[in-house]
Amino acid sequence: MDNLIVSTSPHIHRKESVSYIMWAVVIALIPSGIAGVWIFGIGALWVMLAGVFSALLFEALICRLRGKKVSILDASAILTGLLLSYNLPANVPLWLPVVGSFVAIAVAKQAFGGLGRNIFNPALVGRAFLLAAWPTYMTTFIKPYDSITAATPLALLKEGKALNLGQMNLSYFDFLTGGRGGCIGEVCIVALLIGALYLWVRKIISLHAPFAFITIVALLSWIFSGEALFKGDFIFAVLSGGLILGAFFMATDYVTTPLTAKGQFIFGLGCGLLTFVIRKWGGYPEGVSYSILIMNAFVPLIDRFVRPKRYSP
Amino acid sequence: MRKIIPEFNKGLLKENPVLVLALGLCPTLAVSVSAINAIGMGAAATFVLFGSNIIVSSLRKVIPDKIRIPCFIVVIATFVTIVEMLLKAYFPALNKSLGIFVPLIVVNCIVLGRAEAFASKRNILHSAFDALGMGCGFTLALLIISSIREILGAGKIFGFVLIKGYEPASVMILAPGALLTLGFVIAFMKLKSSNKG
Amino acid sequence: MDLGRLIMIIISMVFINNFILSKFLGMCPFIGVSRETKPAISMGIAVTFVMAASSVITWLLYNYVLIPFEITYLRTITFILVIAAFVQFVEMVIRKVSVALYRALGIYLPLITTNCAILGVTLLNTNEFFKDNHAVAGSFLLGLAQSVFAGLGFTLALILMSAIRERLDLLDIPESMKGIPIAFVVASLMSLAFMGFGGFRF
Repeated sequence: MDNLIVSTSPHIHRKESVSYIMWAVVIALIPSGIAGVWIFGIGALWVMLAGVFSALLFEALICRLRGKKVSILDASAILTGLLLSYNLPANVPLWLPVVGSFVAIAVAKQAFGGLGRNIFNPALVGRAFLLAAWPTYMTTFIKPYDSITAATPLALLKEGKALNLGQMNLSYFDFLTGGRGGCIGEVCIVALLIGALYLWVRKIISLHAPFAFITIVALLSWIFSGEALFKGDFIFAVLSGGLILGAFFMATDYVTTPLTAKGQFIFGLGCGLLTFVIRKWGGYPEGVSYSILIMNAFVPLIDRFVRPKRYSP
Repeated sequence: MRKIIPEFNKGLLKENPVLVLALGLCPTLAVSVSAINAIGMGAAATFVLFGSNIIVSSLRKVIPDKIRIPCFIVVIATFVTIVEMLLKAYFPALNKSLGIFVPLIVVNCIVLGRAEAFASKRNILHSAFDALGMGCGFTLALLIISSIREILGAGKIFGFVLIKGYEPASVMILAPGALLTLGFVIAFMKLKSSNKG
Repeated sequence: MDLGRLIMIIISMVFINNFILSKFLGMCPFIGVSRETKPAISMGIAVTFVMAASSVITWLLYNYVLIPFEITYLRTITFILVIAAFVQFVEMVIRKVSVALYRALGIYLPLITTNCAILGVTLLNTNEFFKDNHAVAGSFLLGLAQSVFAGLGFTLALILMSAIRERLDLLDIPESMKGIPIAFVVASLMSLAFMGFGGFRF
């Protein structure tokens, strides 16, 4: 009986196994990680290793305590630890990713019974917990290729210290290559897009949610974020924060997003709208991770109302 | 005496109003920010429980069955008003940090629940000990949860610094920390009782 | 009351100061009636309605009776009795008027009297919108708006929770976490997510 898999309907059969998908996402995240270490120095590597290994450790420990088979090789814990550390600044003390992994694995995942049962994205729960618990560490970023502290472009914008790219001494090229302050895994847009392309080509992710997410943020920013209507810098809005990382790698998670294409599209729209609202009027400069978490809570409701078409003759 | 002690004891753990019966959750979550608050709230609720249980028990043969709930509410609200005035006069700081949760003792399900389920059927002595037991159980639950939250979230207990150099996780004294702590404490109680049974 | 103030109240009562996830008012129905979505919706509507009506009644009572006669210390006892009587009255009216409505909403009404969210919102209204025993400008409308959107925030949290719990019921979550504990963990994570609206300024 141990082989029975209990999951919610609809039971769509795919030839890919869970671990195949998880490993593919881990592989897709590697370019961005290498870029992060290149940009922020060796410290970023330690943060990533601390996140990944502590996540593996807690997963194995809790599975053992619950008397379940230890399933660390399905790579889901590795993915959680990696995504969590991608959402941290490079200069945090190393106990921070460890605590974050504990919250992600123990609270967000294993309390619900483990892989496939969690409602919220574990890595984002870990990040939100750390941000609420130790805000100073979580909002002190370092400058690329340097160890002095620097604010993220969105934080500069929020605090009114710089209103456009010129005042920030940045260009769109810097955004693409990652030459700006930010979290380890969110800065190098080119590397993230390479990973996303890989996942899309291998049909691991569908683009409904990312497309809706990014389009809505761009559209609303273009209309409302400028000095006048329809004058907003929407390229800045798309590239400057954690939007690309969130949209392609976290709004596409199999467990915590809707099952149907239509549902995923609605999920993306909601994420985009909330991200824009938080960026524009919220207290935090960036709202991508919060908006994904909030929409995670809506997923069972979305799935309830957007059901897949029934095949009936 | 042998019959009265169990009435007191059951409220502490076996039928703990918060951790086992899941009653009085709102004040538990809201005021468990610090251990001092927990004691204050626990004492206030115990006072109301004690007073209302005694009055309800002594009037149990007089109160008509059909309008018993409104009658209980009037009795409880009277004691709550007394507590409100006492706190305002003698403990203004505590009164302020407990906020609207002092008047909200009126709708605390523990108080009404004990009046309805116990005091309206039993004699005064039993009801009094039941009230004390439930009140202490409520205080104990508050104290457990508030200690966890204060230690993790502020690095202190009763306002004293516990470990030097510990960087407190401030989220634990915020709303998510309250819900998380209560959830895991109840899960722990369930685990314990299922191991025994 | 201008549009900006209204939007602030909406965001504040629905997300930042959500009655369940941040102020911890109305936990009992939140845990008790959140097993399935349909009753959750009914409960949410019933609570929102009673909250709005109670805030109107208690405001009038506080402003025109308790303050002029200088008996504001009787606030708690008056409010709870008025709310209890009102709920009883509504239940009777609904039962007479429509059996269908009674089945959908009426059965939740008795539970509402002891819901601390109702008494809570009326107490908050008098705390916030009365200064030195005088109603502040727009006091009545602010109180009404606060009650309505607190009710809607309550409803939103309740519906989300019920859909999540319906899904969790199908999964084999650990035995000790089943029921109330997992509901609290979900609520905690929802509360963490809603913190994203902290510091909202319109």
